[in-house]
Amino acid sequence: MSTQKDIAEPSYLDYKGKYKGIFSWIFSTDHKRIGLLYLFSILTFFVVGATLGLLMKFELIAPGKTVMSAQAYNAFFTLHGIVMIFAVVIPGLPAVFGNFMLPIMIGAKDVAFPRLNLMSWYLYVIGVSLVIVSQFAGEGPPDTGWTFYAPYSFRTAGNMLPAVFGAFVLGFSSILTGLNFLVTMHRMRAPGMTWLKMPLFPWTLYATGWVQLLATPVIGITLLMIIAERTLNIGFFDPTLGGDPILYQHLFWTYSHPAVYIMILPAMGAISEIITTFSHKTIFGYKFMVASVLAIAFVGYFVWGHHMFTSGMSGTALYTFSLLTFLVAIPSAIKVFNWISTMHKGSIDLQTPFYWAIAFIFVFMIGGFSGLILGSLAANVHLHNTHFVVAHFHFIVFGGTGFAFFGAAHYWFPKITGKMYDTRWANIGLILFFIGFITLYSPMFVLGIEGMPRRYYDYDEVFHAGNIISTMGSWVLYSGLAIIIINLFSSLRSGTKALADPWGGKTLEWTIPSPPPIENFDETPIITKGPYEYK
Amino acid sequence: MSTGTEIHRDDLASKTGMWLFLFTEMLLFAGLFIVYSVYRYRNATAFHLAAHELSVFIGTVNTIILLISSSTIAMSITAIQKKNKKLSLLLLGITILLGLVFLVNKYFEWGHHIRENIYPGSAVLAQRGQGDVLFYGLYFFMTGLHALHIIIGLIFIAVVGRLILKDKIKSDNYVLLENSGLYWHLVDLIWIFLFPLFYLIT
Repeated sequence: MSTQKDIAEPSYLDYKGKYKGIFSWIFSTDHKRIGLLYLFSILTFFVVGATLGLLMKFELIAPGKTVMSAQAYNAFFTLHGIVMIFAVVIPGLPAVFGNFMLPIMIGAKDVAFPRLNLMSWYLYVIGVSLVIVSQFAGEGPPDTGWTFYAPYSFRTAGNMLPAVFGAFVLGFSSILTGLNFLVTMHRMRAPGMTWLKMPLFPWTLYATGWVQLLATPVIGITLLMIIAERTLNIGFFDPTLGGDPILYQHLFWTYSHPAVYIMILPAMGAISEIITTFSHKTIFGYKFMVASVLAIAFVGYFVWGHHMFTSGMSGTALYTFSLLTFLVAIPSAIKVFNWISTMHKGSIDLQTPFYWAIAFIFVFMIGGFSGLILGSLAANVHLHNTHFVVAHFHFIVFGGTGFAFFGAAHYWFPKITGKMYDTRWANIGLILFFIGFITLYSPMFVLGIEGMPRRYYDYDEVFHAGNIISTMGSWVLYSGLAIIIINLFSSLRSGTKALADPWGGKTLEWTIPSPPPIENFDETPIITKGPYEYK
Repeated sequence: MSTGTEIHRDDLASKTGMWLFLFTEMLLFAGLFIVYSVYRYRNATAFHLAAHELSVFIGTVNTIILLISSSTIAMSITAIQKKNKKLSLLLLGITILLGLVFLVNKYFEWGHHIRENIYPGSAVLAQRGQGDVLFYGLYFFMTGLHALHIIIGLIFIAVVGRLILKDKIKSDNYVLLENSGLYWHLVDLIWIFLFPLFYLIT
């Protein structure tokens, strides 16, 4: 490591490197700048995906055709799914806050492979570009949904190849990020930081890294097989050639179920950081938190079958997958109990990030419990492919990861930008976002139980009332989102200067100036205490 | 943007990263091995008969070629450790040559099948039934993907060879050579699985 000690080191934002202007960003190998590159690209695609969702909800405000045709609706939910899953939620917390905070939180100057890190971002951009190209080139946009189920994915006239290959490239980008983080944590922790002195956000990134590494190649090869199927007519999943479409589903969910843990684990890590900081109290049951993260990542590999309860499986397989699905709930519940116990007798400082964390726990619990309903076999047969699944999924992935993302954004905003944001507008945005969220997705539970299927642009008159409420919720949600984003951006200009440790956090990122200097630490910190030592 | 410090070198980190990457490569092929086993189980007879049509001779020759090439790249690492730049380059050259011979053999093998109108999507193959369609589909896809890995490996080794030539890789800094060796061993290892699956198990 460098021993250079420059007291007045410029912050990473002011640093003048080899390149100027935009090139000082897109050629930068600094983990902090790469984190922000990801932040801006992910935020852009998030707004794109959210707008698609808004339009879909508008289509559903009344039965029959409202604003778009059936085919357009199919294309919309496909693009919404691909963009949101592969380009927003999976890279969301790891690539943005993981990149920015992980090296700082473990006392390192950068990740283990800075250039590989930049390459991951380029792959990300290439992947998303391919997905976008698929919308305009060829014979019309893809219409399979983000799951690319066989055999439709190679029968449809839609322009599947760029979309599928784009998802493949995004997966590759995700693998490289995970690999980078794993090596970083193994090799670059500050002296004295033993594994059990590592903060929880890095711990969740560690588990996520393994999931990215061990699950993503499977979707990679599956997507390549879809490509081969379409171009070479090989017959892997084509029943007319002897292939088995169910096998595709197995392979797909072998990745895509662990992928939801890629989405949720770093979210849980960020929430753990927020709750302990604003409770000014050591996290309750640190070792249990670590163990539950690893347990979720491990058991998460063996539950993919619960996406396929109605696809045709043996009774033994059904019971096994159902049981394992219930088992995953245990470590998740441990985390919720520990968050609540951390608040108990803490000196709680009610700030915006803490509100986000509370909202996260609330929606995450609803999402989790509805997941158990879907995990039980009898209920699943009734609810499969209804709006109930859509509601459950959005409560976990948007409610879980999305709330944690914005919570983390409000938590680390002062550190990243060196500015404080307007708390009042931040809270107003949060309230609208929360009300809109609940109004948008709760009616879907009821609609699903009543039997409204997902992925249709039309529905029976009996579902009308619920859909009107849901659509109105989407407007509130969207306006809340707009306020949040506008508030954060305007705070860049008008915000007051942030202190090094505005919240009273104890992890390493709060020991350095805001925004961090280019080298993160003047001197490599020596760790003697656990991560959350409050007196 | 360089961060202003000297480049921090950590060979163990590079090797750890490479091992993790090889892990993902293995899982990439694992997906195909699963597909193979499922369809072999369902079409046992057809797979059995089709496997007889592949040339065990060429398969064996290619296996031996790859095994030798793995040992030459390993020796090349030892040579650079002993500061023998010339020998190291020579051994890398032999490795690349062997890799190319493997590809040429593969080309003749594939060409033979294609001349007989046996390739994915051909009418002749479709007539022979679903088991054959799947066997040859998997054969072309898996050996094709493996050949792609050979090509990537050869490019990797060539780049490393150039760096040795320019003295960028020396006896005190040869982790990149080791990583190219690791990658080449993986390519070799995957072939060790492909060879029995398609040629030997009948």
